[in-house]
This record gives sequence, C-alpha cells and structure tokens, in this order.
Amino acid sequence: MSTYSEEHKQFLQKRKRNRIIVLFFQIAIIVFFLGIWEISARMGWINTFLSSSPSKVLDTFSSLWQQNDLLSHVWITVYETLISFGVSLVIGMGVASILWWNKTIAKIIDPYLTIMNSLPKVALGPLIIIWVGANTNSIIFMALLISTFITIINIYNGFVSTDPYYVRLLQTLNAKKYQIFYKLIVPSNKNTIVNCLKINISMSLIGVIMGELLVSKKGLGYLIMYGSQVFNIDLVITSVVLLGIVSYVMYYIISCIEKKMIKNNS
Amino acid sequence: MKTILTIENLRKIYHDVQGEVVAIDNISLDIYDKELIAIVGPSGCGKTSLLSILSNLEKKSAGNITFHKDNIRIGYMLQKDALFPWRTILDNCLIGLEVNHTLNEKTKQRVIDLLNTYGLGEFIYKYPNSLSGGMRQRVALIRTLAVDPDILLLDEPFSALDYMTRLSLSDDVYKIIKNEGKTAILVTHDLAEAISLSDRIVVLSKRPAIVKKVYDIHLSNKSTPIQNRKCKEFNLYYDQIWRDLDVHL
Repeated sequence: MSTYSEEHKQFLQKRKRNRIIVLFFQIAIIVFFLGIWEISARMGWINTFLSSSPSKVLDTFSSLWQQNDLLSHVWITVYETLISFGVSLVIGMGVASILWWNKTIAKIIDPYLTIMNSLPKVALGPLIIIWVGANTNSIIFMALLISTFITIINIYNGFVSTDPYYVRLLQTLNAKKYQIFYKLIVPSNKNTIVNCLKINISMSLIGVIMGELLVSKKGLGYLIMYGSQVFNIDLVITSVVLLGIVSYVMYYIISCIEKKMIKNNS
Repeated sequence: MKTILTIENLRKIYHDVQGEVVAIDNISLDIYDKELIAIVGPSGCGKTSLLSILSNLEKKSAGNITFHKDNIRIGYMLQKDALFPWRTILDNCLIGLEVNHTLNEKTKQRVIDLLNTYGLGEFIYKYPNSLSGGMRQRVALIRTLAVDPDILLLDEPFSALDYMTRLSLSDDVYKIIKNEGKTAILVTHDLAEAISLSDRIVVLSKRPAIVKKVYDIHLSNKSTPIQNRKCKEFNLYYDQIWRDLDVHL
C-alpha cells in the first residue's frame, strides 16, 4: 500500500467518524423511542389497551409465528403486490408505447387518462367488490387501478421528452419509426423506467393494502382491519410494523436493480 | 465537370395556424461531383430548409430535385453532435449501418479504419462524455461517413465550437472530405469559413430565399483552410460577399 499524505489520512478519518455518528444516531433514535414507549407502558403513564407496548408487540409477533400464520399473511400481501407490480408495468409500457407511436390516440385519450389518474381510486372500491367479487382478484384489480395510470403517464412523459435532436439524427440516417423506438426511445429512458419501478412498487403496495382493508380473508391489510374490529391494538401495531419491513425490503430490492442497471450504463 | 445533383425552381412554404411563410422562393442550382460548395445567407433565410429537403426530412412545395446517379446516398451532419451517451464511440458511428441493415464485418472494419485514420483510434470503446467538443464533432462526421454517402450535407458543423477548435477542426474536416472524395454542401454563416473551405459559394438572399450570386473561389497557392485565409484574394471575396449579403440590423 502506498503512503498517503497526512491530510489524506485526516480526510479518511473524518469520513469514518461521520459515518459512525450517522449510524449511532440512527440506532439511538429507535432505541430511545422504543424505550420511552416501553417505560411509559410499564409505569402506567399510557393505557396499553389503546397504545400497546413494544413487549406486547413482540409477544403478538411470536404467537403469530407459532400459529404459522405470520408468513402466510406476509406472503399473500407480497404476492398480490408483485402481481400488480408486474402487470401494471407491462400495461404501462405497452400503453405508453402506443401513445408515443400515435400522437392522435394520445391526444384523444389524454383527458380520460388525467381523470383516471386523479380520481381517488378507493372510491371505486365498493363497485370493484360488486363487479369482480369479494376475493383476491378484486384486491389485485384495485392495486392495478392505482399503479397503472401513474405508470402510463410517467413512462409516456419520458418517451415524449426524449431530445428531439436525437430523433432528427436518426431520421437523417433514414431510421424507421420502430428503429427510433428501440434504438433511441427505450435506451434513453432507462432512468425513467427504473424510477417508475420505484413508484410502481409503492403504489402497488398501497393498492393491495387498500384492497385488503376493504375485502379479504388474509394478508397484512386483513390483520390490521381484523385487529381494529376486535379492538386488538397489539395486532394492529404488529401488522403495521411488519408492513413497514415488507415495504422497505421491496424498495431495497428495486434500488439494487437500479444500481445494477445504471452501472451497466456507464 | 460532372453534375451530380440538379435543383430546379425549388420552393418551400411552411404552414401553421397563424398562416404561411415562404422560406424558399425559387432556388435553381447545379452541384458538381466531388466539389465542396458553401451556401451562405442571412439568418433564417432557409438554408437549413434546403438541406432538410435534399435529405428527404421535409417535403418540397414545388420544383424538381434530380440526382444524376442511381441509389444515391445522402449523409447529413447536424450542427450539434447528438452522440448517444449510452453508446461507445464505435457504436455511435455504427448506428447508421445498423438502421440500414448494412452492418457486417467489412463495413464495421471500414468504420474502425476511419476512426483510426482520423485520430480517434484510442477512443473507440470510450463513451462520448470523455471526449472534447472538437473530437465529438469529428466522431459525428465519421458517423455520417460510415454509411458511405455520395453527398455530404454539413449544417453549420462548427458553430457550436470555440474559435480555436473550429479553425483546427475545419482543417481536419476539409482533409477528411477531400481524402474520401466526397461531394459536400456546407451551410454556414461564417464567410471566412466558407471562402477558406469551399470551391464555390452560393449567396442566398434573405427570406424568401433566392440565389443571389454564385462565386467560383480561385485562390493563388490554395492549400489547407487555415493557410487559405492568408491568400491575397481572400479579403476581396470577403468584401464582395459581405456586400451581397446586405446585412442591416
């Protein structure tokens, strides 16, 4: 190893110290929060029937685990989310491509797309249950409604804002429209598409939970709804914590994919 | 001299909701094989429209364009390099061959040879962001040459560059065009550039454009564009063309 200047050593030390400080406070905040919560519960400062406590949440977690229910609830939520994520991505890419291809269709469909995107989809919940039925399909349908329109709009906006100068260049080389599409539009919108994956996974999860709150027999949304109906706050909070972990893991996986794709790019 | 392209009574009108604009009123012109012809004219006089029509990007409103060669290929070099940042230098140069379905080992090797010959050999597998403006523009020229065009259209190819780079690049581009034996139509608003590079200069009027005058450029001791600027006729042409352009602000 080569020897560095004193200044470089100081630079490295400073960097290391900064990282330790960040990590320390990240852990300290959660420990402090959980500690205060637990202490207030034990000392009787708060009513654990209404606000639960970390130890009770842990108890609920382990009893769910022992009943073998935990993983199946998590799995059903993840499964519905992934289906909605995949399908809305395919539909989003497909529709965005068609709209890019034909400006007239894009103009015709524009107001409908805007309405469908801005409409609070949860308002359609009761209709979906009546039309699709009280089952998993209606949950996935709900999630699709929430994630698809935003996907279409984001990808289409990316497609049409491709530098027109690049398009002109390909035209000077006599490129056909399909060639412009796969040689320019798709590769130049790689970042848009990856960003879309991130938004899409969050939207799908929101949709699935919304669907599960309305109609379900399994899943984290069901646990939350069930818990609140029987006034089991421990169960509600346990489910919310689990949901947080699930959403973080899914987001983390997408970020890894993003890093990999961008690495290949440069 | 052999004529490669004849333009007769060309006319171009642009339409939009507000009305119509006659960009080109009437242009008739013969382009000779292997000549470098410069087109100068006031801003917005329809120079770029002319190139767009020649390369089939836009439709003409009236007139005739006749190519005196079968299956003629036109290469168009734009003002900005438009290199795709996600493609290597070589892949950028190959894109024309790709879209024309003429990419094979032989044509690929030809592009690699061109890159090597014109000083870009070590950058073949680099990405455009590691190149300077002048080099990027040279890559853009080789990308245009990759499809082996018969006529090169150059739309102010140096205008996005700083002064020193454009002087030295115009020397390079001149050398490349003459070495490869191409016919080239250069659109520029830099009179010095036009006189030092070209064999003929066409002066267009302000919009709607007509051909105001055509100059044959004869310079004593004609050599590279930078050297040509020292010829004694250079200033005479410059003066004359400046007066033709009749620029009023």
